[in-house]
Amino acid sequence: MTALDVDVTRTIGEFDLDVAFSVESGISVLFGPSGAGKSLTLALIAGLLRPDTGKIAINGRIVSDRASNVHVSTQERRIGMVFQDGLLLPHRSVLDNVALAVRQASGRQARRAVAHSWLERVGAEDFADRRPGSLSGGQRQRVALARGLAGDPALVLLDEPLSALDSAVRRELRNLIREVIISSGVPAVLVTHDAEEAEQLGDVVIAYSDGRVTAMRDVERPDDVGPQPESRDGNRSQ
Amino acid sequence: MTALIPHSWLNSVGIPPWVWNPLSISLHAAGEATIIVAIGGIALGYILAQGHFPGRGVIETIFSMPMALPPTVVGYYLLTRLGGPGPIRTAEVHLFGHPLTFTFTGIVIAQVVESFPYCLRFSRAAIANVDPRFEQAARVMGLSRWRIALLVTLPLARRGIVAGVAMAFGRALGDFGATMIISGSVPMATTMPIALYNAAFFGSHDQAMVLALVQLGAAFVILYGVSRLGKIRAW
Repeated sequence: MTALDVDVTRTIGEFDLDVAFSVESGISVLFGPSGAGKSLTLALIAGLLRPDTGKIAINGRIVSDRASNVHVSTQERRIGMVFQDGLLLPHRSVLDNVALAVRQASGRQARRAVAHSWLERVGAEDFADRRPGSLSGGQRQRVALARGLAGDPALVLLDEPLSALDSAVRRELRNLIREVIISSGVPAVLVTHDAEEAEQLGDVVIAYSDGRVTAMRDVERPDDVGPQPESRDGNRSQ
Repeated sequence: MTALIPHSWLNSVGIPPWVWNPLSISLHAAGEATIIVAIGGIALGYILAQGHFPGRGVIETIFSMPMALPPTVVGYYLLTRLGGPGPIRTAEVHLFGHPLTFTFTGIVIAQVVESFPYCLRFSRAAIANVDPRFEQAARVMGLSRWRIALLVTLPLARRGIVAGVAMAFGRALGDFGATMIISGSVPMATTMPIALYNAAFFGSHDQAMVLALVQLGAAFVILYGVSRLGKIRAW
């Protein structure tokens, strides 16, 4: 079963998105220049926007299908998301931010325990009681990564999670993101316009240009466990 | 409230009954009015800021009309609606045993109508200014619409909302025209502005000066508090 099937179109103003791809486990990178439609694709997968035509399936479950008028709400898609600037709630502690995303535990203490374990996994447990406003950019993104994974998601989406950080922090977090996501077993789709980042983080790179998928290829890794992508016509480009 | 504090104590600290009685009624009425206005104004402000339905502008304009109308006009309409013959008066008698004109409850109603637009407009603007991406992030986290409103939107808009509630309280405390018409200046419904009017009208200029100073102080405290809200950092 594929982790994610996307075959959608969406027009916003003069921009036309028309993409189709399927991915399995690991990290799939949507790579391309700004304005190519990568983040729009994530918004469609998350259910924040509806496609004009086509369908989206997560783990085989249809979450959006215009033909049969299916639209599973964002809340019910079981998605984790890491935004470019974190979007941590500024009025809640780091621990509360993560605990709010925990779906699989009931009760405040149980949710906070799950949240704390995720903060430990990303090396952010030391600032669990601080407010996001007092954190550095890198610390915020660690917390955002914990929040994205804490809700036992079926899929995690990362929208340029490192682009607002300086290069040293970016390098450090690349390793962390890959390690934590791969060890969690949650399939991920990551958006970036940075070629080096795409190579280092991705198991498969899906190249975007002007609202279209122009190429898909696996990234060679020594422990190659990456997903097997297929384009709309079933071909894989190398 | 007057009954809770002995007059002997008020006299001993130098607060005479002709200050304390109207001040007590004003604080009591404005407090009740503000609670009602806060609940209704924040809720309607949220609906207007977040909803996507036709007629939002018309609804906001209707509820904001008291800002542009002379308070006497608002008072006149309330007097004729609450006190004149008709189903509203019948309902009042059925529910309260008497019409609400010339009563403390009537004052509260007048102050609710007069102060509602301030809470509504401040709240709507503050909620509309919340970065919608925080709400999107909360949706992705699986939070229901209610939890997003209570845990994300309203806390992020709190500065504007609190400023609106404070402005509404100030407006209710200072209302004269609508309150005067609906209360008729009966003793149990004599607020500070009406007491000041009575004092000035009947030549008690010393009392009028003191009553004016108390209201001046209250207005300063409220407005200074609102301005401080704008200067503190969000979180």
